[in-house]
Amino acid sequence: MTVDRALTRLVRDESGRVLAALVRITGELGLAEEVVQEALVIALRRWPDVGVPDDPRAWVITTARNLAIDRIRRRRRFEERSRVLGELAALRAPASPEEALSAYPDDRLRLLFTCCHPALAMDARVALTLRTVAGLTSEEIARAFLVERTTMQQRIVRAKKKIQAAGIPYAIPDPAHLEERLAGVLSVVYLVFNEGYGPTSGDLGLRVDLAEEAIHLGRLLHGLRPGHQEVAGLLALMLLHHARRHARFVDGEVVLLEDQDRALWDGEAIAEAMPLVEAAVAGRPGAYALQAAIAALHARAPTWEATDWPQIEHLYRLLRVRVPSPVVALNHAVAVAMAHGAPAGLAMLDALDEPLAGHHLFHSARAALLVRSGRPDEALEAYRRALELVGTEPERRFLERRIAALVT
Amino acid sequence: MQYVALIYDVEDRPQSPSEFEEMMGGYFAFNETARGQGALLGGEALEPSSTATTVRVRDGEVLLTDGPFAETREALGGFYLLECRDLDHAIELAAKIPGASTGCVEVRPVLHIPGDG
Repeated sequence: MTVDRALTRLVRDESGRVLAALVRITGELGLAEEVVQEALVIALRRWPDVGVPDDPRAWVITTARNLAIDRIRRRRRFEERSRVLGELAALRAPASPEEALSAYPDDRLRLLFTCCHPALAMDARVALTLRTVAGLTSEEIARAFLVERTTMQQRIVRAKKKIQAAGIPYAIPDPAHLEERLAGVLSVVYLVFNEGYGPTSGDLGLRVDLAEEAIHLGRLLHGLRPGHQEVAGLLALMLLHHARRHARFVDGEVVLLEDQDRALWDGEAIAEAMPLVEAAVAGRPGAYALQAAIAALHARAPTWEATDWPQIEHLYRLLRVRVPSPVVALNHAVAVAMAHGAPAGLAMLDALDEPLAGHHLFHSARAALLVRSGRPDEALEAYRRALELVGTEPERRFLERRIAALVT
Repeated sequence: MQYVALIYDVEDRPQSPSEFEEMMGGYFAFNETARGQGALLGGEALEPSSTATTVRVRDGEVLLTDGPFAETREALGGFYLLECRDLDHAIELAAKIPGASTGCVEVRPVLHIPGDG
């Protein structure tokens, strides 16, 4: 492997793991980031002469660890001796590469719980998770959330400072507190996934790497709490949505679920999700479990028409109790239309006009039901309203095609 | 790490003698809990903010204002100085302070100045 390729791969795929290992070793996010950067610079200088090491990741971790030891030693002048000695004692090198590897999932989970700490503001939690656990640049995160790069940098820096100054621990919460903390972590992971699945705006419809990163975090959490229904539910939900990634866009154009080529769906991801759904919906299922169950019914159906709509309608009814949001109600109305006919769905939609009038999905869903009810003029009007409100380019082109189909 | 828990609450909430007893009982219980964990470094209850005097020095002149710096419904009524493992520990203790259930408690890490003691 060439030096460039090895380093690119390391930075792209492994930076979250490497950083998490260094945070565990040093107990400090800022220091960990500095020494990882420095170790990468050393690799860039040395590898062309000595060749790429067998295990580049282990090499970077070891080098960064040694740099961290040096820096902490140098601090001795400034800090109490006893504390420094304690830190040095904690700097134990992993006995073998295997041991170093086995510590990775725990390292990343610890860092994830730190980044998702409820003492941080929600937007800071998401940004910090993407920066430190997923290894994205501030610039990428800023683009994903449509804020200025400097704003995002400040947000991340402020959050890191608070972690350090306020003593937010690098730890997986003890069993007594794990439950209450888990819900917050799940919502951050789901936000990361959604940013990969359908960014709120911009030209690119899909960021597969963010979605995969979120699924990876979901698997880690599932490994931590295999019996937790909402963890299983969220992981299944993400897998099932991700399974449709190759069918959602054709030549950069949005393809609706009803028009997707189901042969393009990822059977492996669906197969991984199905047993998770089973486990998640037992007893009194939570919001993620219910959404996963809905996605599973879609995944099982051979076509849009042959989908078990009465069951999906029932699941949305349950979901509305858990999540009383107008967007869930919108999806429920679509399911009602499929199960009981377009007029029944339209009647439900009309009741949602007030909360959702500014949402393009409301108008495009209403337009589709109006077409099916044989009211093309009103449908055209609704599609035009949706077009005024739409965020992303592919969605805009989709609506324009629908309008063109009605006009001709 | 050291944290200060600043207790903010409504000052003129009417209280019956039994409610007062209950509140004080809550504080005594908290003191026991924190002391038992070796976390209680200090703390005081304060006279109401109507007894406060705000001091400012501008251009060498001492300026006094009757009352607290901030005019809010909830006023600083007391504080604890706590020695905690980390923020989670501090939050766990802060949630047990009776004022957290009636008003709110601000948890602030003590600024550690290198070389100062």
